[in-house]
Amino acid sequence: MCGIVGLFAKSSDVEEHLGEHLAAMLVQMSSRGPDSAGVAVYRDPAPSGWSKLTLYSANPHEHWGAVMDGLRDAFGGCDEPSIRASHAVLVAEADAAEAEAWMRSNRPDLRVMSAGEVIEIYKETGLPEEFAAAFHLEDFMGTHALGHTRMATESRVTTEGSHPFSTGLDLCLVHNGSLSNHNRLRENLRREGIEFQTENDTEVAAGYLAWRLREGATLEQALEGCLSDLDGFYTFAVGTADGFAVLRDPIACKPAVLAETDDWVAMSSEWRSIAVLPGAPDARAWEPEPGVVYVWEKAKV
Amino acid sequence: MVVASTETAELEVVDLETTSVRELNQRLHDLAGGAPGPRRFRILNPSGAHALACGIDAELEVEIEGHVGYYCAGMNKLATVRVHGNASTGIAENLMSGRVIVDGNVSQSAGATGRGGLLVVRGDASSRCGISMKGIDIVVGGSVGHMSAFMAQTGCLVVCGDAGDALGDSIYEARLYVRGAVAGLGADCIEKEMRDEHVAQVAGLLEAAEVDGDAGEFRRYGSARQLYNFKIDNAGAY
Repeated sequence: MCGIVGLFAKSSDVEEHLGEHLAAMLVQMSSRGPDSAGVAVYRDPAPSGWSKLTLYSANPHEHWGAVMDGLRDAFGGCDEPSIRASHAVLVAEADAAEAEAWMRSNRPDLRVMSAGEVIEIYKETGLPEEFAAAFHLEDFMGTHALGHTRMATESRVTTEGSHPFSTGLDLCLVHNGSLSNHNRLRENLRREGIEFQTENDTEVAAGYLAWRLREGATLEQALEGCLSDLDGFYTFAVGTADGFAVLRDPIACKPAVLAETDDWVAMSSEWRSIAVLPGAPDARAWEPEPGVVYVWEKAKV
Repeated sequence: MVVASTETAELEVVDLETTSVRELNQRLHDLAGGAPGPRRFRILNPSGAHALACGIDAELEVEIEGHVGYYCAGMNKLATVRVHGNASTGIAENLMSGRVIVDGNVSQSAGATGRGGLLVVRGDASSRCGISMKGIDIVVGGSVGHMSAFMAQTGCLVVCGDAGDALGDSIYEARLYVRGAVAGLGADCIEKEMRDEHVAQVAGLLEAAEVDGDAGEFRRYGSARQLYNFKIDNAGAY
């Protein structure tokens, strides 16, 4: 069991209070996932020609200024790090993929949680309420966000095993369920050059999506591929630079509810998380069909 | 707990913003066996909470104003529970008797294992509606999702709209009535003749559910009885 939440702002008021709403939704999912919690927030686009990395350090005394200096030496510009608990966001004058590659080879001790122009991923073990407080979720303004509360079944409770998982630049995945063919699939994807850092099943789904997208599939095509290539139970929510997508496996054992008002689109494992949003009682609410890809994007709303 | 002085002093209003689910359910349980107290309840701000108004054993009328979470009205005897909203997984699970009426849509496994009583869903029901039903009657005003009436044993499932794939898979003796299209029948489920007694049964259930519909438009599905009887010819398969 895990909890998933997603919120897409359609009004500036919801954008301004995105983090506050996200935190409230996440806390409602504590009983579904008390082990760990995480969020992906889409906010503050990096300037043109710059990109944004969210980094995690297991060292509570990490000297983030040195990381900034390293990026400055390598690429020219890098803003002061924005530090939240064990994570820091660095905005550098670099292509996102190059900055990520530099980080992996020069600072292998740090974990790149996300890379792109707008995405920031934060995740940590512990109760959702403690996570929301430690990372000051209520401060976040942004266009959309996904969140996850984890009850681990397939692998250890660690920061790295928490969700969301990055699936490429500005992309992320959260998952409720469990996959049964992840070991074989991981080996196949490794041969395709996809890197894995944990034994986690969801990381394999994230790697699968990254591989399909790299090979030229659209997000919808990549998600539809999950229906034939992934064996197991899942409700997935995928965050993109412009919105998010939702997919349930064809058996649809894992719950999901979607709701929409003039001000927001929300998805969650349960209505409890959506009930905390303004105007929820009057929202149009429905259950996503099994095996159908749902997508919301800024341009389409 | 607030006792409202409305048109009848017997109505108790419970606001879940200020009262816990445990307190609410305990209050309802305490009225079992004809114990003195109000017979009508109005529940405010359910906000998707789980296990509301379940385990009741008394002739109570409970109205819930909003969407409810998992297992609402489960295991109840005698009571009437109305949900003015949508319901999540397992509404009226293992219902023993009484009624459960939902104005909106319901999620999966509605009426699961129900042994008696009537569940009415005015909107749509998701997958596995009536899974393993054991005597409950279920009337759905809209459509039902895949694997509905899976291993259904007895009772009736009346669907005014369409049914999803694998309807009645591994069914025993429940009767399934569907007015619209059936995406596919599950193992050992077949269409059966709709005789007068069946039209009358559907008419009676629609009336009891206060759902409009012409009973003559429904088709009947049930067990071919090939799967659940042991056959000596199949001994090698075990």
